[in-house]
Amino acid sequence: MIEFSNYDILRNLLFATQWTILLSLAAFIGGTTVALTLTAMRLTRNPAMQRIVKIYVELFQGTPLLMQMFLCFFGLSMLGYEISAWGAAILSLTFFTSAFLVEIWRGCIDTLPKGQWEASRCLGLSFLQTLRFIILPQAIRVATAPTVGFSVQVIKGTALASVIGFVELTKVGTMLNNATFEPFKIFTLVALIYFMLCYPLSLYSKHLEKKFNVSR
Amino acid sequence: MLYFSDLLQYSDVFFSGLKTTVELTVLTTILGVALGTVCATVRQYGNRASQHVVSVYVELIRNTPFIVQLFFIFFGLPAIGMMLSPWQASMIALTINLGAYSTEIIRAGLASISKGQVEAAKVLGLNFRQTLTRVIFIPAFEKIYPALTSQCIIVMLGSAVISQISVQDLTYAANLVQSRNFRAFESYLVTALLYLGLSILLRFAFNALGKRLFAYRTSN
Repeated sequence: MIEFSNYDILRNLLFATQWTILLSLAAFIGGTTVALTLTAMRLTRNPAMQRIVKIYVELFQGTPLLMQMFLCFFGLSMLGYEISAWGAAILSLTFFTSAFLVEIWRGCIDTLPKGQWEASRCLGLSFLQTLRFIILPQAIRVATAPTVGFSVQVIKGTALASVIGFVELTKVGTMLNNATFEPFKIFTLVALIYFMLCYPLSLYSKHLEKKFNVSR
Repeated sequence: MLYFSDLLQYSDVFFSGLKTTVELTVLTTILGVALGTVCATVRQYGNRASQHVVSVYVELIRNTPFIVQLFFIFFGLPAIGMMLSPWQASMIALTINLGAYSTEIIRAGLASISKGQVEAAKVLGLNFRQTLTRVIFIPAFEKIYPALTSQCIIVMLGSAVISQISVQDLTYAANLVQSRNFRAFESYLVTALLYLGLSILLRFAFNALGKRLFAYRTSN
């Protein structure tokens, strides 16, 4: 039997934190990419495209992230597609992140007055030009704070990857707990590490929100 | 190939899981919103020290994953002498989680009530409790009702995690069925759709409730 000192526990947890951060980054990058595509689809004002985006959002916001992970991990491999826990976690977190980001960004774009679209049309700007020079520069300013705020949800979402066996912070926490039988200490440490990852982002999001409200 | 018919014989397993999920959701929604209302009132109108305590609670919960909170309560608390059944642990964890989020939401509602209304209530001779219940709460809740209900639905979906401490909810049922007949994709797909149905149903229920709660708007 191996003895775990406090130093060993902390060292292992911090090592696992790297995977939590990496998974969060991958999911956030994947999520923003998909969300950008979906937002573009929604802005085309093509009813079929808009319906697809709506169903996508409804589907992934209306089902538990855990269930999406199970479907990606156990479900896909049962159907014959081999997928690693890492792949399944990224895939499902990408769905989850993009579904929420599309909705957040929709709100941001909709706060811009409709007159701006009409004015750009009058000035002879094309759809893409309107987007590039009129809508996006304003929308990005509005969207930054809630997007940073949502990144906290992504980090917390990665904790669920422990359930499908991906070894990140929560999984190492449960493994250490099984080896040391010190759940109180270990889960307090795990929670603290998550807090130290998420709280700065929450504060930054709040700060951005304030800054934006002042400049408006 | 997909074989959904293999799931039919397990319909009672799914049904009892669904029942547990619904029961826990209803219970924790009521308790969580109540906790959030109390905390938001303290946060907005309480003294410095109690405001601080509420802030720490809200930030701690909002910045840690639900699964870690659940493990802390279920595995961690018995180590300091608080034994909890899986069901009790998940109820407490869900309530505390929703409580923190709804505190933040309800506080925004309270902050949106204009000072003039509170002052008018004071002039009319209402005491603090009367002002809260008759002047502040209803319009405050009306403003934040959509945000509050979507948070309740998010918590319902998050409750899938409690299957990990062997509460026999809908996700537990899905795991059980797929371990019996190895139809993982079918089992999880059906369960995901049941959750989807549940969240749509919840939204309808909340909308209907909202129409009743805030009926004074339409009647005059």
